[in-house]
Amino acid sequence: MLKLKSPHEIKELQLCLEASETSRPCISVCAGSGCKASGADNVLAALHKEIEKRGLKGTIDIKSTGCHGFCEKGPVMIVWPEKVFYNGVSLSDAKDIVNSVTNGHKPVEKLLYKDPNTGKRVLHENDVPFYAGQKRILFGNNGKLDPKDIRDYIKVGGYAALGKVLTDLKPEEVVAEVKAAGLRGRGGAGFPTGMKWEALRKSPVKPRYIVCNADEGDPGAFMDRSLLEGNPHSVIEGIIIGGYALEAQEAYVYVRAEYPLAVEHLSHAIAQAESAGLLGDNILGSGLSFRVHVVQGAGAFVCGEETALLASIEGKVGEPHPRPPYPVQKGLWGKPTVINNVKTWASVPVIINRGSEWYSSIGTEYSKGTMVFSLVGKINNTGLVEVPMGITLREMIYDIGGGIPNGKKLKAIQIGGPSGGCIPASMIDLPIDYEALTTAGSMMGSGGMVVMDEDTCMVDVARYFMEFLEEESCGKCFPCREGTQHLKEILTRISQGKGTEADLELLEDAGWMIKETSLCGLGQTAPNPVLSTLRYFKDEYLAHIREKRCPAKVCRELIVYEIEATVCDGCHACVKVCASDAILGEKEKPHEIESGKCIKCGACIEVCRPKAVLVH
Amino acid sequence: MPTLKINGIDVEVEKGTTVLEAARFLGIPIPTLCHEDGLTPYGACRLCLVEVSNGRKKTLQASCCLPAEDGLTVWTHSSRVERARRLLIEMYVSVCPSSKRIQDMASAMGVREVRYAAKDENCIQCGLCVRTCEQQMMAGAIGFSGRGLNRSVTRPFDITSPECRQCGACLYVCPVCESRCQGPQAETTLCNGCLNISTVCFQSYDNAMCFLDPCHACEIAGPFRSDVQVKPRSKEFTHIVEK
Amino acid sequence: MKVATMPQVEMEKVEPLLEQYESRRTNLIPILQEVQDTYRYLPQEVLRKISQKLRVPMTEVYQVATFYRCFSLVPRGRHVIQVCLGTACHVRGAPRVLDRILRDLKMAGPGTTDDLQFTVETVRCIGCCGLAPVARVDNSHTHPHLTQAKVGGMLKKYEAKTEPAAPAQSDEASHAKA
Repeated sequence: MLKLKSPHEIKELQLCLEASETSRPCISVCAGSGCKASGADNVLAALHKEIEKRGLKGTIDIKSTGCHGFCEKGPVMIVWPEKVFYNGVSLSDAKDIVNSVTNGHKPVEKLLYKDPNTGKRVLHENDVPFYAGQKRILFGNNGKLDPKDIRDYIKVGGYAALGKVLTDLKPEEVVAEVKAAGLRGRGGAGFPTGMKWEALRKSPVKPRYIVCNADEGDPGAFMDRSLLEGNPHSVIEGIIIGGYALEAQEAYVYVRAEYPLAVEHLSHAIAQAESAGLLGDNILGSGLSFRVHVVQGAGAFVCGEETALLASIEGKVGEPHPRPPYPVQKGLWGKPTVINNVKTWASVPVIINRGSEWYSSIGTEYSKGTMVFSLVGKINNTGLVEVPMGITLREMIYDIGGGIPNGKKLKAIQIGGPSGGCIPASMIDLPIDYEALTTAGSMMGSGGMVVMDEDTCMVDVARYFMEFLEEESCGKCFPCREGTQHLKEILTRISQGKGTEADLELLEDAGWMIKETSLCGLGQTAPNPVLSTLRYFKDEYLAHIREKRCPAKVCRELIVYEIEATVCDGCHACVKVCASDAILGEKEKPHEIESGKCIKCGACIEVCRPKAVLVH
Repeated sequence: MPTLKINGIDVEVEKGTTVLEAARFLGIPIPTLCHEDGLTPYGACRLCLVEVSNGRKKTLQASCCLPAEDGLTVWTHSSRVERARRLLIEMYVSVCPSSKRIQDMASAMGVREVRYAAKDENCIQCGLCVRTCEQQMMAGAIGFSGRGLNRSVTRPFDITSPECRQCGACLYVCPVCESRCQGPQAETTLCNGCLNISTVCFQSYDNAMCFLDPCHACEIAGPFRSDVQVKPRSKEFTHIVEK
Repeated sequence: MKVATMPQVEMEKVEPLLEQYESRRTNLIPILQEVQDTYRYLPQEVLRKISQKLRVPMTEVYQVATFYRCFSLVPRGRHVIQVCLGTACHVRGAPRVLDRILRDLKMAGPGTTDDLQFTVETVRCIGCCGLAPVARVDNSHTHPHLTQAKVGGMLKKYEAKTEPAAPAQSDEASHAKA
């Protein structure tokens, strides 16, 4: 049973683990939610079986690790010690993989990443373009450790920062270090973390509380989930350091209900840390007492807003409070509380270990450090990306992201979730930092980056976000509750070809009003998707209004499905899947769609091999 | 005793006073819908918003929830505030056109058209009924349920609570229960749609309901404002969306 | 959504549940989550008992029970299909997949089938955006890269069984609890 009684013992253990590291081959398979859904568990099972069968147990290790980030190509794995990177692995590859390890480590060619530009196979993870442009100071360890084994974390230097803090730094000095590093809240608003911590220390009221916001509700964002699933100790360590710096005894991690695996791994890690003497009373013999509790959300996006989150922990509905007073003055149960995002907490040990000077050398003048994005949507390389602040969108989309699939043109990049806005393709050289994004009408948010191509209708995107927000609004204040409904109503009419030009002015007025008068951040940023699409894609709105045409051919009332007779081979596949029996035709002869019956569900397009179904 | 500046006037108030109370003490009219003396402030209607400066930034904040503090600078009728209130009340009228109180506010703020599709709800979720039942009547028989567009004031499980004493306080305190007059052109979303008539309606129509307290729109349509020519609202703005 | 009769509620399960949590207001949501997991919905009788035990007014318990999406006041189906309508999934065609699922189950909108076999819900992002469009069944089996064509096969898997399925054997879709 692992039991650490002093910071010194952590260092000892780390050296011991490093020394005992053999050159034994180890296959570390990504078992994050993404790869799991792609069948990683089957791959793991097949590998275990193969090794068992060949009597190689004890000669080759198999480890299941956290999310490596390259979800598009999952399941992924790394074979140590050569660090060979395999992607798109299936259970039938188990034999070949084990063979490659036993037969002089010759890699399995077909599982290596193939660079679409050069056509060449890449051996190591670092050479894969997706990873080459990244700077993974938070996520880098995900591929090296089993999230359920605290020893793996200690081996890579885990809990060394906690040890350092307890022996060398006073609480105020920790706060000063975080402030000097220029760390800004990674939850969305980007408030300087050091300043928040300083403000809390000014209050004489006790007890104080620490909260970790893991309610990652932005659709399209899953960074926090991957960090909690893949390296929960990094977050726990940050929180304990926070507890020391802010003289708090208890922390609550609020994880949304939709992340059961994250809750499981986090709870497991907390239990391990407790039994190791890193949580509980008299941590590492320092006299510090600290406990971390896991609280589950219950399905409400608004609970990502800090005051709503606190209300939820208190057992109430997630209704935000007006601020001031801020949580550092009056938070959980009326006591001073610091709430920070998962990535913010995970950044703290990194800053302590490597110093504020090093940290602040990364990034731009006002946005320091790295930012984690979930790069998703119409992009070749979907997954999690950690980059230094200041990188341009062009590098993100083309160098790391691998460009747009199927040869389509980039249209817009939606950053910041429903509170953010769409950046048009023309602004692709925009550097990513807090201020630049806000000036452009968007927002950093918690890091969701959704790529949209020419087949995306911006009016539909705006309507989609309003539909999301009208359901997720807590409903307390009038402008947000009613305003989001009205915005959606107007956008729906426009998407159906029933809009007028006066509606555009109305959207601007209503948007301004909702921004200015809403009670909380959800309402205050709710109009952003509408306002940003109006700003950059007005011509699309006008096409819907003046010409009753949807340029991207998405809005159902404005499109017609038609079968191109010269292309159709009469295979009858579409008739079988047609939802409304709208397709007529005999086998071997060209078919026809009755537009009156067609509901444009798209099932026929899916199955048509010669691509004879056209959309007008 | 904190001292704050409201519209350029210094005012010293008791600790714990809100900016709304301080402004009203000075005689400055600030519109509210969800506020009631004797109940805890709620901050939901957003009409009491004022522009506040802390030295660096100017923000809009609900005066009913804002404690008066030293050094606070407040403007209650800046152009930003007035624009916000006007746009807000325009949306209120579209949501609840049958409310006399809302129609009067809209007329007073000079709202001339309602551009939103009209709904015909009879609740603005100001929470006065819930808070009155809980805090003044000590019953707590009704409450909010749901979220966002599905939020409403209900009885739990749609069954009258045993706590309900049928006192009627909820009806009494509701700001939108009082209907506007059923006079001419009552289907228009906005009351001053009948601004084009110069006499008060009950003199012309036998069966029009009226009040001792004439509707604001009719007041300002009276002889003092006969110089104002307002065209009747076109049919475009009269569609009522059935829920 | 019609439910013919509410099943008789087994109240014996409630006491031990409440014992486990201290009767504090702050534990209201975890308690409701346990009730939801146990009964597949929040029965009225149980809510009244909780209101009593925790000394929280019934209106507030009801407000919490109806505010959060995890809770349901009517029984949920044996298999809960959550279709993700997050931004990435939306952009990759999730609404059409949802429509197909509803059509196949002959449902007008999200809800529960009359035979209580399926509940179809929309969820905003389960965090598998790289595999959009995604649906998750019974909070454990994630089905990636869904297309309308795959819907039929996916539904068939759950139609025959009466209890939440043991991990299926297919390569593409299984997910065993770690």
